[in-house]
Amino acid sequence: MGVMSALPPIFEDWFSKRGWSVHPHQQEMLDRSDAAALMLIAPTGGGKTLAGFLPTLAELAEGDHKGLHTLYVSPLKALATDIRRNLTIPVEEMGLPIRIEDRTGDTKQTAKKRQRADPPHVLLTTPESLALMISYEDAPRIFAGLQRVVVDEIHALMEGKRGDQLMLSLGRLESLAPGLRRVGLSATVDDPEALAAQLARHPDPCEIIEADPGPDPDISMLRTEAPPPWAGAGGGYAVREVLAQVKQHKTTLIFHNTRAQAEIFFHKLWLANEDDLPIGIHHGSLSRQVRENVEAAMVAGELRAIVCTGSLDLGIDWGDVDLVIQIGAPKNIKRLVQRIGRANHHYNAPSKALLVPANRFEVVECMAALEAVRDHELDGSPRGPGPLDVLCQHIMITACAGPFDEDALFSEVKSVGPYAGISRAQFDDCLDFVATGGYALRAYDKWKRLLRRPDGLWQLRDPRSSLRIRMNIGTIQDADMLKVRMRGGGGKPLGEVEEGFASSLTPGDTFLIGGQVVRYETLREMTVEVTRRADREPRIATYAGAKMPTSAQLAHRILDDLQRPDWPELPPHTRDWLHLQREVSKMPERGRILVETFEHDGRHHACFHTFAGRHAQQTLGLLLTRRMETLGLHPLGFVGTDYATLIWGLDELTDPAPLFEARELREGLEGWLTSNAVMKRTFRGVASIAGLIEKNLPQVRKTGRQATFSSDILYDTLAKYDPEHLILRVTREEAMRGLVDFARVEEMLERTKGRVDLVRATRPTPLAAAMLLERDRVPVAGAGRERLAEEEAARLLKESGLAAFGAPNVAGV
Amino acid sequence: MRRPTRAWDRSMNGIEIPFQGETLCALGSGALYWAARDLLIVSDLHFGKSERIARRRGTMLPPYETRATLERLEADLLETGAGGVLCLGDSFDDLDAANGLDGEDRAHLVSLIEGRAWHWVEGNHDPGPAGLPGEHHAELVIGPLVFRHIAEPGARGELSGHYHPKLGLPGCGGTRPCFLFDADRMILPAYGAYTGGMPATAPEFAALIGSPAFAVLTGAKPLLVPYPARKGTGRGRRRF
Repeated sequence: MGVMSALPPIFEDWFSKRGWSVHPHQQEMLDRSDAAALMLIAPTGGGKTLAGFLPTLAELAEGDHKGLHTLYVSPLKALATDIRRNLTIPVEEMGLPIRIEDRTGDTKQTAKKRQRADPPHVLLTTPESLALMISYEDAPRIFAGLQRVVVDEIHALMEGKRGDQLMLSLGRLESLAPGLRRVGLSATVDDPEALAAQLARHPDPCEIIEADPGPDPDISMLRTEAPPPWAGAGGGYAVREVLAQVKQHKTTLIFHNTRAQAEIFFHKLWLANEDDLPIGIHHGSLSRQVRENVEAAMVAGELRAIVCTGSLDLGIDWGDVDLVIQIGAPKNIKRLVQRIGRANHHYNAPSKALLVPANRFEVVECMAALEAVRDHELDGSPRGPGPLDVLCQHIMITACAGPFDEDALFSEVKSVGPYAGISRAQFDDCLDFVATGGYALRAYDKWKRLLRRPDGLWQLRDPRSSLRIRMNIGTIQDADMLKVRMRGGGGKPLGEVEEGFASSLTPGDTFLIGGQVVRYETLREMTVEVTRRADREPRIATYAGAKMPTSAQLAHRILDDLQRPDWPELPPHTRDWLHLQREVSKMPERGRILVETFEHDGRHHACFHTFAGRHAQQTLGLLLTRRMETLGLHPLGFVGTDYATLIWGLDELTDPAPLFEARELREGLEGWLTSNAVMKRTFRGVASIAGLIEKNLPQVRKTGRQATFSSDILYDTLAKYDPEHLILRVTREEAMRGLVDFARVEEMLERTKGRVDLVRATRPTPLAAAMLLERDRVPVAGAGRERLAEEEAARLLKESGLAAFGAPNVAGV
Repeated sequence: MRRPTRAWDRSMNGIEIPFQGETLCALGSGALYWAARDLLIVSDLHFGKSERIARRRGTMLPPYETRATLERLEADLLETGAGGVLCLGDSFDDLDAANGLDGEDRAHLVSLIEGRAWHWVEGNHDPGPAGLPGEHHAELVIGPLVFRHIAEPGARGELSGHYHPKLGLPGCGGTRPCFLFDADRMILPAYGAYTGGMPATAPEFAALIGSPAFAVLTGAKPLLVPYPARKGTGRGRRRF
């Protein structure tokens, strides 16, 4: 293998012909290209991807390598496609003998088959497509001779299970192609060493190269004529000002935190777009064709702005973006910095960005985020060990490829960064689960998934089951999505909406997709049919896409900012609002819990300002309402935001301090955890990754709806009869870290130490008033609601006039 | 799960339905009690569903649904003290599932059958005797009532299952399995643990159920509502 520190002359010529020079960190990547593991940390726009590929191009320039040389893995299909395009240009211009192809979920079957038979030199792919390739019996042949694996945007991948799966796949590749070199390309992160440790083959080291971070960004809050609304997340009030900014710049990226918000904003932007500026929309729920059209138009420089979500977060080269607008508070400083870097894709030029807070409180959050960026403070929390559901899937994938030895697989798994600390017992649990279901009741003796052969190797009992396993590879957990299609058009689908949303539609309802308002006509064969006759205000389409909670670091900054005597840099509307809060109530503090109570709409309300982030605030809502239920306060529901939890019910809360007994809360958590919706939602994801539930079936989905039942039933049954089952243990662990986020509740209890202030207000306080308008209200099951449901049933019966029509008796009433 | 030990007290957890001159009591569990004949009627038990899925598909669901269903059935038998049971079809997920029952589950089921008049009406999933004690029927007539798995157009005094109806109340959370009935027929909810449901708003029901009609929602406390529930009446939807 040719390791070299200088570029071959043909490269030098090509670079100098274009007046380019190699950046210092790109040269360093070449110099150290023989490292077994190498991590490059560089700001967005720093030529990371080229830095990752230069050693590959240099090594392949000699033309004597046969088969696959470099595997490039990125989190996005679009990125793989984009890189192929960008890489093909220099390769063709220099006449290098290098074949470059991409392989994603969008690649045609015939191309995929050919790639297996005759792999290109450079293959660009995603973690899911790689896992699928590893499951093939001919994987050893495909990957023999593989020299380098380049993982792009590794900081993003390692935030979730896709990264864990990818690292397990790398462990497998290492066995198929010993001595392969790993390269990670990352945006600026708070802890490069931790990230590097995930990539390296454990316990080997990983070298780190940090590029010059470049100049500070030019970033500020967008000034608007109208004040932002009290609640909400869409930023619609700022459409005119955003449009004005688009006019003043060459190309603007307009980032949103969720797909639904992007759709609504795009629609409003179009209505206000009197000059017909070419503006596009891009997010993960749009059909492939729609996305590709927008990408192509962007590359060709035909668009002045793109409304987008996280699907454009990552380093696709969109040409000359000179402004980034972030709608809604960024929630997380690291992500904000990475997004800002998308503007001015030139090394060593400052990026320009504007923040548009979506509601009154987000003005404060944006202010805090701006300070954090100025102070170069990044947030992050250490990751836990690799989750076992992903390992279960990896064991199934391994079994698909052929018989395996459990000891060899265990040592392979131990060499994978996120799984370095796994015990043999944990591994055996996973293997037992995959083989037998792992139930306390040994029920499936006849129908085991894996069998142990006389020679000690494990194999699939039924080789045909590999088809079903392959159909369910991956760790991305979208809610069940339904395709949306124009009726009678027979054309390509417009995109997808959540099944739950589709089932709430009645014919004539309208909603937004791909920036168009469409009218729901019917649901046919699991496809939503729509027409263009949109004669009503659009309803909001709900897409998958969890809202991220505000990070702890950012929340602390906000609390500190609130303690300042004045906020001269804030617009008057927000400044006055904060002063009024201080006047009629109190300002929340880092070291105290502020509880405000008041009556509103015939219900007693209590607002807890504890700043623990959305997930922890929702957990707190569940725990507090549970305790209030036992105190006989008849809570009816709650809503949690990043900053506070609001609870309403039939009786008044007069003594909040005892609610925050840490021990009681923890005990409440134990009891409550088994029976709640968050657990069920987490279970659904874990169970489908681990292979307990199959989302995709070989046949077309049946329309006989009574045949399918919800995973909630499985959860309830398992929790009752087999509470220590592996999948429940994984679910509990994940929920505690993720949606339950009890660590943030603990952090809040720790910093407030039982110091509770109660303010009894005569009406909603300025901070609490905003909470009244929040969506995502969670009903509480309990005595209060049972009473209301009975009242509702009785009312329906009475109003139907059927009560006198020989109607049945409600016994005992 | 609550395990009542007291004798049947119909003031506690049932809704009495006058039907073809008889009185039937819909329980919150999804069972129907016919006191005059001392008969407990349940439909769509789907015993052995997880075994069948493992056999046919390879996925191994928690194998506890038969146990869960049996425990619920036993609790209903204790509560009502019923001397007879009528299973309204799809009692087994298929006939092999009846043979594949776990030993303990099978013994439990047999202990419930013993000493009771037990009727198995066949369903599309279990079209034949399952090799267990009790009488097998294609369909069954008792007094003014006819019991069959799938409702037939134009029938009178008919009780059936098959469709797994479920229904929600506006503003009161998700859907629950439910009984649907008019003067001529009643469709029972699915009783088995691993059963989904078909929304009572589906066209299949509109073709069968006339007017006036009612639904009884199962749950901790069964709720009687008109069917179809009229929308947009009264004080409007309150936000909970």
